[in-house]
Amino acid sequence: MATPRRAFVRSEFSPSLAPPLSVGGPFGWVRANLFNSALSSILTLASIAFILWITPGLVRWLLIDAVWSAPDGDACRAPGSGACWAYVRAKITFFTYGAYPRDALWRVDVTLAMGAALAVWLLWPDWPRKGVAAILFFAIYPHVAFILLHGMGDGSRAVVNAAAGVFNSEALRDFARDGIPIIGTHLWGGIFVSLLVATVGIVVSLPMGVLLALGRQSTAPFIRFFCIVLIEVVRGVPLITVLFMANTMLPLFVPDAWTPDRLLRPLIGVALFASVYMAEVVRGGLQAVPRGQLEGAMALGLTQSRMMRLIVLPQALTIVIPGIVNSFIALFKDTTLVAIVGVFDFLRAIDTQRLDPAWNGPTISTTGYAFAAMFYFVFCFAMSRYSLMMERRLAHGRKR
Amino acid sequence: MTDANLRSRAAAHAVAIEMRDVHKWFGRFHVLRGIDLNVSRGERIVVCGPSGSGKSTLIRCINRLETHQRGTIVVDGRELTDDTKRTDEIRRDVGMVFQHFNLFPHLTVLENCTLSPIWTLGKSQKAATEMAMHFLRRVRIPEQAHKYPLQLSGGQQQRVAIARALCMSPKIMLFDEPTSALDPEMVKEVLDTMVSLAKDGMTMICVTHEMGFAREVADRVAFIDNGEFVEINNPEEFFAHPKHERTKLFLSQILR
Repeated sequence: MATPRRAFVRSEFSPSLAPPLSVGGPFGWVRANLFNSALSSILTLASIAFILWITPGLVRWLLIDAVWSAPDGDACRAPGSGACWAYVRAKITFFTYGAYPRDALWRVDVTLAMGAALAVWLLWPDWPRKGVAAILFFAIYPHVAFILLHGMGDGSRAVVNAAAGVFNSEALRDFARDGIPIIGTHLWGGIFVSLLVATVGIVVSLPMGVLLALGRQSTAPFIRFFCIVLIEVVRGVPLITVLFMANTMLPLFVPDAWTPDRLLRPLIGVALFASVYMAEVVRGGLQAVPRGQLEGAMALGLTQSRMMRLIVLPQALTIVIPGIVNSFIALFKDTTLVAIVGVFDFLRAIDTQRLDPAWNGPTISTTGYAFAAMFYFVFCFAMSRYSLMMERRLAHGRKR
Repeated sequence: MTDANLRSRAAAHAVAIEMRDVHKWFGRFHVLRGIDLNVSRGERIVVCGPSGSGKSTLIRCINRLETHQRGTIVVDGRELTDDTKRTDEIRRDVGMVFQHFNLFPHLTVLENCTLSPIWTLGKSQKAATEMAMHFLRRVRIPEQAHKYPLQLSGGQQQRVAIARALCMSPKIMLFDEPTSALDPEMVKEVLDTMVSLAKDGMTMICVTHEMGFAREVADRVAFIDNGEFVEINNPEEFFAHPKHERTKLFLSQILR
């Protein structure tokens, strides 16, 4: 048989070459991303023009013409002056703590510092002993925070007294007698109340949301029905209505002695509202876990609850990290609505102080709101970046 | 012969799986129509049939991923019922390998293998890890233990899935088209693993169209169509002299 004429055998493999300039490098990037079509070129130029137009005025108002320190509002009332940061500096204590007694501010500081430290421990991916951090943050910290912020009632005094008996400690006995004086929530206010409402909302809404989402998928009809009704009713009502209802209706349903505190009522409302939204986010994640994962787990003999805890939820929650953080960000900003039922949050603190005659002037309101905007932006942006980082870290579940 | 010997011989011939008149419906669709099957301990059975014939449903009934509506299935002396606790127990003794692997993508290969031994068999982390490494060596990928499943090739993933099932020390292994989703180059590495498993005497039911594998290891080949067994025979007879017209047609379509 003759050799086929078109037979071919490669003797060596060709090396890989560097891409041409139009593909790689900064020039290629600019061409591919900024000027790849007529429309895109126009948009690029228009955006540059807009940035050039807006930036100088903003920088001048926020930084160059701004009044950084002044004893009162006179300097800020001068024509052409920019943001009155002196006013923010003078009012920062009020913005942070509201009307909380000035000699007890350390109690708030300690609480916030402990919360921040525990949160960082819990959220920083490489730090060890997350279990200890979780117990401290979710079980111990709320009690400590309550005693610190609110003060010691008869109950906690009795506990300390008992401890004094056990350890036979004079110092503890004195502490039980003097205690930490009670500071009513009507004096609480400012940034710390905003952070409190947001933290409670976030910490409650994730586990509650998971439970409601699982309940909604339950095979037990009554559990499923209850979860669906709760989710749909609360979700179908504006947050303000939920807050009003929590404020006015909760006292109608529970005995007088148990009537929740005026700050606790909106806290419950916010947590409930956030939970049902979270439930729907989590449900989306549960549905995105392929059926094969359940079958794989079942075939290994895992029980239903372990399958959920070890296989389904970790994957479902990873998938919906963007949605979860989206809910958290929305919740963080929605906390400003608690002002409507008389809680003195950060935004309301700013709102009341701008009319102070010592500082009143044309730039005061704008400065206050700009400060509030920056505060909210810093927190929300941080949450957003954190979620992006976690998404990337957990991506091995989906990426090759 | 001693008593112990007699008992172990009796056990060796005991029935691993017994299916009696099993029927199953999906809605109004009658998928399984009276399946009768006895699988002895150590027996290897290959089930083949056209798509939609009910072969996957059949083996998924054995570990109750599907529930049957009539008839009885007895696995290792225990009947499958609504009792979820007993179902979980049976599933621990019945390993399953899926067409699409169903590895847990958020866990490493090693964690995939140790998860159920730790949580359902109560093994220590150390014992489970040792066992997992033993079986990962056996499927010849111990070096991948700390990677995530999606970093592996399809063939490697399927071998991990086999190792994961073996870590539960199953008495019976079910294979549901284990090579159908693989690139052609990777079929052999998975089949080699299954052959070596068969040579060790594992009781196996394999739904597969790998007829070379069936010839090599199967004690019986079963052809299923329309939810019924059409022909069951030893592989020599099954391939050389298929009796039923439907079997002949099927074989002529998949072999060439």
